[in-house]
Amino acid sequence: MSLAKDGKSDIYTMDLETRVVQRITNHPSIDTSPSYSPDGKFITFNSDRSGYQQIYIMKDDGSNVKRISFGNGLYGTPVWSPRGDLIAFTKLHKGKFYIGVMRTDGTGERLLTENYYQEAPSWSPNGRVLIFYRETKTNAKGEGFSAKLWSIDLTGYNERLIKTVTDASDPSWSSLLSN
Amino acid sequence: MKLSKILKNTLILLTASLILTACATKKEVAIDKIEGQMQGDVYTGTDSVEYLAEGVPDRVFFATNESILTTASRETLRAQAAWLRKNPGINVVLEGHADERGTREYNLALGERRANAAKDYLMTYGISSDRIAVLSYGKERPVDSGSNPLSWSKNRRSVTVKAN
Repeated sequence: MSLAKDGKSDIYTMDLETRVVQRITNHPSIDTSPSYSPDGKFITFNSDRSGYQQIYIMKDDGSNVKRISFGNGLYGTPVWSPRGDLIAFTKLHKGKFYIGVMRTDGTGERLLTENYYQEAPSWSPNGRVLIFYRETKTNAKGEGFSAKLWSIDLTGYNERLIKTVTDASDPSWSSLLSN
Repeated sequence: MKLSKILKNTLILLTASLILTACATKKEVAIDKIEGQMQGDVYTGTDSVEYLAEGVPDRVFFATNESILTTASRETLRAQAAWLRKNPGINVVLEGHADERGTREYNLALGERRANAAKDYLMTYGISSDRIAVLSYGKERPVDSGSNPLSWSKNRRSVTVKAN
């Protein structure tokens, strides 16, 4: 999880049984949006320690911090895929928000969808679909927001609006449920 | 034949230059309007500003993705510090905000960082940290819901609010 203390935002872990909170990163930069690798050995997060918001990977104890995003623009909200091979992210570039994926070493960046504002991808358990949310203006004057959930296949095709009764944001796809 | 071609070309040129002039005038007006209220991309207007007391504005503004205090911000905060020293019974909450052009969690942290920059400055002018609480709203509470550089500049702010 990400926590702000003394004006600094860092990555922390909390043991769900003992509630013991442990600091993992300790840097004056903004470190937020952590996500574990499926084997629990690594954490990806975004940080502006380079001057701008970029994606990093580290070991689960906070050692071996390595920047992996080097493309144009800002990168945030990294989420590790269920198979462990890809990281989904939100990218901001030239006034647009993109949802994309890259390999865990930062290579093979693919942008799947572009819009005025969208963020927070979450993986389907089979790793083939991403769900995220998108905000659009509610009138022509550009006032007000309407937030809706959307999904897109990893291929970049089949973008779909997920119908919800009210506005919706920040989706999180559950893992497979056993009976 | 030749004459009519020349005339036609002149007409096209004239029309084109008229359109261009019209565009330039319109654009200049828009830029002037923004320039009067922004320096770089920091808001310098008074549209959303409220006052803690006479001559003591309640908020300071920031550049995109920055938490550095501008000269004008430092002046505002010095006035706030002087007012707080005169009113030792009043505590404040510094509310940090970001514009809409960022991811949600990052902007919460950015708002936190901006409010802390203001807090640190008030503390250097003798205000005890016990009297200052910090709260970040990220981009969740814009003061101007427009989607243009001027609206965003008004939203990148730290607002000093009386806590009691």
